[in-house]
Amino acid sequence: MRISTGYGARPSGGGFETFSWYFIRISGIALIFLVIIHLLVMHVTTDVACTTFQFVAARYANPLWRLFDWLLLTLALLHGMNSMRVVVVDYIRSSTWRVGVLSALAVLTLIFFMLGTITIITFQNVPANLIGPNCVHFR
Amino acid sequence: MYKGQSGMWAWLLHRITGIGILLFLLIHIVDISLLGFGPAVYNDGIRLFDFWIARILSLAVIAAVLFHAFNGVRIMIIDFLSKGVLYQKIMFYIVLGLAIVCFIPMAIFVIMPLFVAFFHLPTAVNSK
Repeated sequence: MRISTGYGARPSGGGFETFSWYFIRISGIALIFLVIIHLLVMHVTTDVACTTFQFVAARYANPLWRLFDWLLLTLALLHGMNSMRVVVVDYIRSSTWRVGVLSALAVLTLIFFMLGTITIITFQNVPANLIGPNCVHFR
Repeated sequence: MYKGQSGMWAWLLHRITGIGILLFLLIHIVDISLLGFGPAVYNDGIRLFDFWIARILSLAVIAAVLFHAFNGVRIMIIDFLSKGVLYQKIMFYIVLGLAIVCFIPMAIFVIMPLFVAFFHLPTAVNSK
């Protein structure tokens, strides 16, 4: 019998479920800072219409911004996909469908992680005459 | 489900905003990958974010992120502090309040360019 400690429910007994329970919370703490800084940089201190190639090139001249973006990518993707796994387990009862959807989530996670990582690592600046405007507009 | 009490709405909103943010993240990873195709292609992608519908959708993502972030703190307080669960209801209202207070100034920054563009439209067309 489980006696309430007043603390929230958490998976006990170690293993992947306990690890993932803590991972979602710890990555969540980091993501609060990473995401809010990201939003301020992309929508407040710079308008989104000015987050052009030129802007990225200036930011990515500093490898720490690449590291920042890579941490944001990795933690957000793992936090989101790991939580999505919990949602799938909540709603999909059939074991065939569950295994299928969970496998699809795992493959998607890997593909999007690689796509994002490759984008961040392989970004290269271009000569000044090719770099394009500092702001673009839809109209 | 907890019979429509605040805990249920917090849980439901946390789940819906989380799924929405994850969907946006996947789209966002793809649109940022356009960087690899050079400035012209990438800037065409960024141009879409200046479209008024995209700016309104950005507001939805920002609101979802703010709620999800603050409610995440509420969940951790409930999980890690022994008396946390006693204050879950008042914390839910604090979460909503903080999300709204942080959302309004950010929304002004995101939406203002639309009004600027709208009121300057005749000059912008003439100056072409």
